[in-house]
Amino acid sequence: MKLDSMYQEVILDHYKHPHGRGLRDGDAEVHHVNPTCGDEITLRVKLDGSKIVDVSYEGQGCSISQASASVMNELVVGRELDEAMKVQEVFLELMQSKGKLEPDDAMEEVLEDAVAFAGVSKYPARVKCALLSWMAWKDATAQALSERESA
Amino acid sequence: MTPLHGLLDTEAIRKDFPILDRMVHDGKKIVYLDNAATSQKPRQVLDALNAYYEQHNANVHRGVHVLAEEATALYEGARDKVAAFINAPSRDEVIFTKNASESLNLVANMLGWADEPYRVDRETEIVITEMEHHSNIVPWQLLSQRTGAKLKWFGLTDDGRLDLSDIDQVITEKTKIVSFTLVSNIMGTINPVDAIVRRAQDVGALVLIDASQAAPHMPLDVQALGADFVAFTGHKMCGPTGIGVLWGRQELLEDLPPFLGGGEMIETVSMHSSTYAPAPHKFEAGTPPIAQAVGLGAAVDYLTAIGMDKIEAHEHAITEYAVKRLLEVPDLRIIGPTTAEDRGAAISFVLGDIHPHDVGQVLDEQGIAVRVGHHCARPVCLRYGIPATTRASFYLYSTPAEVDALVEGLEHVRNFFG
Repeated sequence: MKLDSMYQEVILDHYKHPHGRGLRDGDAEVHHVNPTCGDEITLRVKLDGSKIVDVSYEGQGCSISQASASVMNELVVGRELDEAMKVQEVFLELMQSKGKLEPDDAMEEVLEDAVAFAGVSKYPARVKCALLSWMAWKDATAQALSERESA
Repeated sequence: MTPLHGLLDTEAIRKDFPILDRMVHDGKKIVYLDNAATSQKPRQVLDALNAYYEQHNANVHRGVHVLAEEATALYEGARDKVAAFINAPSRDEVIFTKNASESLNLVANMLGWADEPYRVDRETEIVITEMEHHSNIVPWQLLSQRTGAKLKWFGLTDDGRLDLSDIDQVITEKTKIVSFTLVSNIMGTINPVDAIVRRAQDVGALVLIDASQAAPHMPLDVQALGADFVAFTGHKMCGPTGIGVLWGRQELLEDLPPFLGGGEMIETVSMHSSTYAPAPHKFEAGTPPIAQAVGLGAAVDYLTAIGMDKIEAHEHAITEYAVKRLLEVPDLRIIGPTTAEDRGAAISFVLGDIHPHDVGQVLDEQGIAVRVGHHCARPVCLRYGIPATTRASFYLYSTPAEVDALVEGLEHVRNFFG
């Protein structure tokens, strides 16, 4: 069934057992919403130099948006910023592929669990759900960096 | 199952709607339960649109050639049909807009620019309700911000009705305009028009009724409503998109200033000043949505031939059945009235802690089209502490079998996320 390509087991797992959920100390906080369906996320990033120490979040939304936040947390925490940005770019490319991109081994290596969202890219209405937490993270990171510069 | 009373001959009606035969997702027949968002269009309306463009297309109210005269007659003929449909005292009280949002915005802007006694300013108040569609909230927030007028609203009871217990404090001598929906687009609630209109009239406030979810589903009589303005849209009542209606009392339309300026709305123009055409043309600047008005006229003919009272009875029976069946689904909570009494055919619900977006996706896979999200009524979601709802909404072609399909679909959703 086509639906299973969206709701991969790994996505449902993350949805039911989210990683790193809850708000903790951070350098910047953002609140992003998906106005079409009511998904919301409040997200904080904590940086140490160029290293991502923590990404904490709280929110409500569909399984795709919640699972995506969990996967994102797993993928970027503990990483160097430029490395994490690269992961984000690859994920964005996958999500904007309209289901036409077949993830290869290289992509799978970069995205790990996030590769499970490939099926979501076939559903235009749901792509925003999958990207919500990533966009929030990117925004919060930019804010943390600019605050550091102006400090 | 005992047969439901008052059902229309949906087998015959559905033949008029080609799209209802559409197969989706590998051979599943579409179950279209998103009628509060937009209705499907009968062949009669599609034919009218085609015939207009193939045989009569021209700009209206100008030109002396035969096509211009035919197009004008068709466009103005649609106005006559709409006027009769809503029992307007005069055809000149029917203004064509592009949708209900534009109709509502038009009134808000008229009042912002008006002279006394209509003028909305910092000394005055605007009243709406917590169950409005965003299109009946945001124009008033804008007007309030621009004029300094205070924006007030009626809250909601736990069972999805307007809380009018403080009506005398909400609508006061300072109130200039009360704008509310006749039928809630998210909860289906039918609101008590009389009580609100009476209080508004007592204090000399104008009343605007958003009938977007009423005009398609029940007989609409603007004189019986007692309001000063009534707004609705064509595409929810079998008409095309791009055509809406604002009905207003003639003396108000004469007194109130125009909003959009342009061709067609003028009498004479000089470089220094202009005088305006009488209503409705005063409020229809520029080339109007001609084909869309003609399509709406055909929709009105279609609905009238079936009978709005019969459509209302059909939907009432379907709603009663749907409410009953939905309440049998474990963990399902209806947001709004839980009986068919004083409620329309839009039913919102939440299913356990499964997010509506996920509910809608799994239903779609089975060919069932519902709407999920805020339904442009986010304050209602906030009021009931929910992120969003799933909404099933029915129309004259909806069948009990489609209700059954929805209930079975929800069972599948529960298993999928269980």
